[in-house]
Amino acid sequence: MDIYKKSLRELAALLNSKEISSKELTKYFLERITKFDSKLNSFISINEDYANQQADKADKLIASGKNNFLTGIPIAHKDLFSTKDIFTTCGSKMLEHYLPPYDATVVKKLNDAGMISIGKTNMDEFAMGSSNESSYFGDVKNPWNLEKVPGGSSGGSASAVAARLCPVASGSDTGGSIRQPAAFCGLTGLKPTYGSVSRYGMIAYASSLDQGGPIGKSAEDCAVIFDEIKGFDKNDSTSNYQIDFKKTRMDLSKKDVNKITIGIPKEYFSQGIDEDISKIIFQAIEEFKNFGFNIKEITLPDHGYSIPAYYIIASAEASSNLSRYDGVKFGYRCKDPINLEDLYFRTRKEGFGTEVKKRIMIGTYALSSGFYDEYYMRALKIRRIIRDNFKKAFQEVDFIFSPTSPTTAFNLGEKTSNALEMYLSDIYTTPVNLAGLPAISIPVGFNNELPVGMQIIGDYFSESNILNIANYFQKETDWHNYIPEEFNHE
Amino acid sequence: MSDWESVIGLEIHIQLMTKSKIFSASSTAYGAVPNEQASYVDLGMPGTLPVLNEIAIKKAIEFGLAINGQISKRSIFARKNYFYPDLPKNYQISQLDLPIVEGGHINIQNDQNIAKRINILRAHLEEDAGKSIHSKKDNCTFIDLNRAGTPLLEVVSQPDLRSAKEAVEYMKKIHEIVTFLKISDGNMQEGSFRCDANVSVKKHDDKELGTRTELKNINSFKFVEKAINFEIQRQIKLIEDGGRVIQETRLYDENKNITKSMRSKEEANDYRYFPDPDLPPIEIDEKFIKEIKDGMPMLPDEKRVSYQKNHALTDEQINILLNNSDISNFIDDVMKKSKIEPKKLMNYFISSIYLKMNKENLLMQDMMITPDDFCEIISAVENKKISKGNIKQIIDMPLTSTGSIEKIIEKFKKAQDDDQKNINSLIDKVINDNPKQVEDYKKGKTKILGFFVGQVLKNAKDSDPGTIKEKIIKILDNV
Repeated sequence: MDIYKKSLRELAALLNSKEISSKELTKYFLERITKFDSKLNSFISINEDYANQQADKADKLIASGKNNFLTGIPIAHKDLFSTKDIFTTCGSKMLEHYLPPYDATVVKKLNDAGMISIGKTNMDEFAMGSSNESSYFGDVKNPWNLEKVPGGSSGGSASAVAARLCPVASGSDTGGSIRQPAAFCGLTGLKPTYGSVSRYGMIAYASSLDQGGPIGKSAEDCAVIFDEIKGFDKNDSTSNYQIDFKKTRMDLSKKDVNKITIGIPKEYFSQGIDEDISKIIFQAIEEFKNFGFNIKEITLPDHGYSIPAYYIIASAEASSNLSRYDGVKFGYRCKDPINLEDLYFRTRKEGFGTEVKKRIMIGTYALSSGFYDEYYMRALKIRRIIRDNFKKAFQEVDFIFSPTSPTTAFNLGEKTSNALEMYLSDIYTTPVNLAGLPAISIPVGFNNELPVGMQIIGDYFSESNILNIANYFQKETDWHNYIPEEFNHE
Repeated sequence: MSDWESVIGLEIHIQLMTKSKIFSASSTAYGAVPNEQASYVDLGMPGTLPVLNEIAIKKAIEFGLAINGQISKRSIFARKNYFYPDLPKNYQISQLDLPIVEGGHINIQNDQNIAKRINILRAHLEEDAGKSIHSKKDNCTFIDLNRAGTPLLEVVSQPDLRSAKEAVEYMKKIHEIVTFLKISDGNMQEGSFRCDANVSVKKHDDKELGTRTELKNINSFKFVEKAINFEIQRQIKLIEDGGRVIQETRLYDENKNITKSMRSKEEANDYRYFPDPDLPPIEIDEKFIKEIKDGMPMLPDEKRVSYQKNHALTDEQINILLNNSDISNFIDDVMKKSKIEPKKLMNYFISSIYLKMNKENLLMQDMMITPDDFCEIISAVENKKISKGNIKQIIDMPLTSTGSIEKIIEKFKKAQDDDQKNINSLIDKVINDNPKQVEDYKKGKTKILGFFVGQVLKNAKDSDPGTIKEKIIKILDNV
């Protein structure tokens, strides 16, 4: 039946018609994980018992007709979403044995919708990384080429969905951590507007940038998950209480497309981008033009400053957010500390990996008295300028298209010794986080048998429009339907 | 010595009277089992986020209005980063730029008893830390996070204070404001009202301020005065001996009455303040401020003047009223309804209800008495229906026996009437039994009256000696 290929809608139909039970579906994907994940390392933990319990419950609901659309469908959560009594490591030794006492809002909402939480996916340590090589639990491989990185930090989620080890996964995006791995793995990944999805229970990296969202096989699948997790949460003061979040309706029709203008920022294609990738993106843009959309060149100046501004702001917030891991209350504690200072120093020295320590140091430095104005304040100014540039652009256009990343998936180990090059792989995604805008990455072609992703950025809280235009493209093309050969069988 | 002048500024930490914590739903009640009142948010569990308690904002605004401060239309929270085991997140959510209250002032009486204005720099909201309990016996430190996240208002004065006495006056004034307005319970033993003092000395004609030291955590009016006085003398002696004051934090040792160095400026933390990204700015509009202002009672200072001018109360009586707004509300109501002179009425109150409250540590609402009932009781006393002593008896009556207040008064009146009859017969008996003393009295030995009164009181202990004396005179003069 090739269940692994099925969309969420198709799976829901199978469950509803009782052609398959949730228990069977869960077993099916757990078996795929057992069969394939040794090649990928995309999961940190599998919740077999818990998943089976949830599946039994789902089957009862389905039997009594009290099920929701998503009831009984498995999902994998990035291992920074707190899951009650299930290990949540954040990819770090620091939290290797940490059992959260509560569910993150995103997890709770999906549990309440009846989804089966089958496992927790690998990730860069504390979501700091663009290749999933900073995880304490080992590198994750890209299903399209096992020598390549899956991207990061939601590398485990992307790798797992790309190999069809689960129908869909949650991710989080601070500077590109949903979109870049989605692009590298040939998937669709939505980074919602800052404030659309509750951050409660999502272990913080950089609070003013972090946003949870779905990584899936299509815009349609992402829309279903996004609809379930979005909305105001009284536990998160930064979630938006003013927006009336409506159900996403895929209602963009042929006759509307000529009213829509797509902006192409010329600066995004001027330098640093792989030429082949540029060509593929322009082919996709050409297709949109052929569909009848209006294409307009726009300017988004200063986007080059977004990387330094991002690394200052994110590291500053991280240095404070990660202070709580001190060996006193939870998480890793060094052996036999001789005094308080020793407890602090060794716990953090032994518990954190190199990338995390680096960012804590950058952030601590940027906030120190005497440097604050020069670094942190200046980064905030750049952030404001970037936001204003986007605001101006959205007065002229409805969407902005850009590459998701300047290259396709690179080799494992290729950029681990060159931090700057690694950081530059997020050059098109970080401005979106700094501005707090929503954006999606969709697959639009291949270069050397590796997927190429295109980013569609929309105005604040326009996720529904973004999902619509992405869906429109996916209805007309089949780039999103390709599955890596090695995993394209039962 | 006299050409030295001391310059003092106070930072007062006031625990706000809210049911729940400033950023979580856990209770702020004092004295619970350790760590029973610490939620996941208070513990700083990964992924938790703060949610601001609106009541804390209201209390801070009330304080700002009470000191004529400026309420910030836009106020932000910042993170103050430092590592300490009883600070669960290893940062404290506080305010740096854009505190909720800026500026303001109050008036105190200075050492010469002249009114002096003390300016207030700012008042900002922050969360309290937990407590570390060091145990020598167990050779370890225990952490209680029940207090973590309790809302505090830190009130920072300008360095306008010139003596320890002024500092205490200022502190008492602030205490009076926050307790009267129910912004805080002001309980100093439980740490609801604590104070740090910045102290420096300079020669009178010096324009520049001297180097200051900061005295930490002084928790009573008495110790504030002692600690500051010690510190002033220490600094003067140091300078006069050719030394130099260094900027440092010092701890006051209550037992030895000295201050001890805790850490110097060089060792001080760089707190790396930055705006807390988890909390959006607090936007406060005029309407909100006006609503709060309209709901506020008269301030203690205005109230004091009113009690002096309109009701001619004594200072001692006024202090009792300003210490507790529940009492002041009660008495205000009684004064409105009763024709009895306020001073007298207050005395009735103090010798009965207030005495019981203090003795048994009760609140006004525990007394279960309405102003109307109290009016009836004291007018019954004034009309001599019942005795003054009966007030206390009525107040002491167990709740179950209380019927309507009229009935109770009737009961006491009847008892009193019976007493009167009894006393009259006692007096007759004493006079008949002691003809020699009657003779003496007639000769002009009026002192002998005491003897008669004493004899009567032997058998009527609760009666009023004055009334008995009057009655005896009446009878003897007619014999």
